[in-house]
Amino acid sequence: MSANLSAIAYLVSGICFILSLRGLSSPTSSRRGNLLGIAGMVIAVVTTLLNPGVLGYDLILLGLAVGGAIGTIIALRIKMAAMPQLVAAFHSLVGLAAVLVAAAALYAPEAYGIGSAGQIKTASLIEMTLGLAIGAVTFSGSLVAFAKLQELVSGNPVVFPGQHLLNLFLGLVTIGVGIYFVMTQSLPAFWVLAALAFLIGFLLIIPIGGADMPVVISMLNSYSGWAAAGIGFTLENTALIITGALVGSSGAILSYIMCHAMNRSFFSVILGGFGGDASAAATKRGDRMAKSGSADDAAFIMKNAGSVIIVPGYGLAVAQAQHALREMADTLKAEGVKVRHAIHPVAGRMPGHMNVLLAEANIPYEDVLELEEINSDFPNTDVAFVIGANDVTNPAAKTDPQSPIYGMPILDVEKAKTVLFVKRSLAPGYAGIDNAVFYRDNTMMLFADAKKMVEDIVKAL
Amino acid sequence: MVDVAAIDPFVFRLAIFVLAIFVGYYVVWSVTPALHTPLMSVTNAISSVIIVGALIAAGPEDMNLSKIFGFFAIVLAAVNIFGGFVVTQRMLQMFRKKR
Repeated sequence: MSANLSAIAYLVSGICFILSLRGLSSPTSSRRGNLLGIAGMVIAVVTTLLNPGVLGYDLILLGLAVGGAIGTIIALRIKMAAMPQLVAAFHSLVGLAAVLVAAAALYAPEAYGIGSAGQIKTASLIEMTLGLAIGAVTFSGSLVAFAKLQELVSGNPVVFPGQHLLNLFLGLVTIGVGIYFVMTQSLPAFWVLAALAFLIGFLLIIPIGGADMPVVISMLNSYSGWAAAGIGFTLENTALIITGALVGSSGAILSYIMCHAMNRSFFSVILGGFGGDASAAATKRGDRMAKSGSADDAAFIMKNAGSVIIVPGYGLAVAQAQHALREMADTLKAEGVKVRHAIHPVAGRMPGHMNVLLAEANIPYEDVLELEEINSDFPNTDVAFVIGANDVTNPAAKTDPQSPIYGMPILDVEKAKTVLFVKRSLAPGYAGIDNAVFYRDNTMMLFADAKKMVEDIVKAL
Repeated sequence: MVDVAAIDPFVFRLAIFVLAIFVGYYVVWSVTPALHTPLMSVTNAISSVIIVGALIAAGPEDMNLSKIFGFFAIVLAAVNIFGGFVVTQRMLQMFRKKR
């Protein structure tokens, strides 16, 4: 295949990827979008295989078969509740692949047409260095995120004195080594650089608490894109450059959306230390009393309501109560009650996670609404049914400037005529803050495991 | 007139990169929030187009270190490509109109 023809094929592949993301603007066009993504990938791979430099296919086919089989099996078996871990693990693979490709380009520059060993073009070296460093940070950072999400390690932030100074120091050393590598093309410098970047990725993510994981995953998503773009410049490959830019900006936008939904600045998330036991010094509960009720009470109230808004949170997924919840919604609808679901942007452990969990339970996506779409409807709603969520309903975000979540957009559940709050106890949520909704006159607490409570309500209906 | 031949091809690639960031910006904002998780898994899958670099490294017939790096990068990227597209499809199948 001529160089011009393959360049055009790579461009077509890049356009397929753009259209693939465009397809996600609505659920109806989304499946076609995914197929376009696959088409783009096939075009890019086939074009590369037709490259005159690619002669031996044995290793390539073996690698594709092994990797493809592993990937497919994992993807078919993974539980939807575990999506955040899976995505984190996948990001780490992209990062490591970027490191390996950078190494391959360094050891065999002729194959990529960027010079000969020891005589690589300076521009290519700079691009390679960026791809390598970002790839390595993505790899180790994603591994830490994976370990935290999979609960292999505690989700609490790991902080120690001088942490930020250490990171800054390592960052400066890395830049120094990077410049040295570009100037000398020293092989040891390349691996020192890789090791330093691995270490930085690790140190960057350990201080970030479990509650901030949605931001972390989005951020690592973005990094994996920039790493791919860096390598794309080294390889002078349009498909890779376009994709890197798309993924990089996608991850950055998702990070922004997540930060905005928590009213946290990006830097405060990165600096970490939020969302662990340390902040659990909850405000004094005093002698305020919360009313509690039974499944029968809840069933009675909802059956006689005109409209119910269900507010699910991550606790719902932990309790595996999605399917029971759908059954409850269906039963209520059969009774003529208008049932909708309100989703806070940070309700899950990654952007859009709760939507997937509800979709998995066959809850129609038309009944699932985002915060901005539904928040103004709470005052006209008879019952707000909060299950597995807490901080995202806490009015302290609006009223108490001292609160750590002050300014965060919340779902105004307390404006509904009655609030039914399913929770194990009055313990505070992730952010470690007491929730005033528990003690309101129009609130009834339903103390139980989420799944058991919903099942009992379904029986009582 | 500017002598086009005098422009480093790097500049053209940089132009593609910058424009693609803008395209990405507008396209991603148009993605419905309900599909942000599939967005992430599909971007993950397409960023594995980095496999093209790995294929070139693994391409030559004679064995060398670069070829080994290339092989492992192919395996990792293939896990991502297949895993990413399959899991995305699985999720999108759930977002069908019911009834």
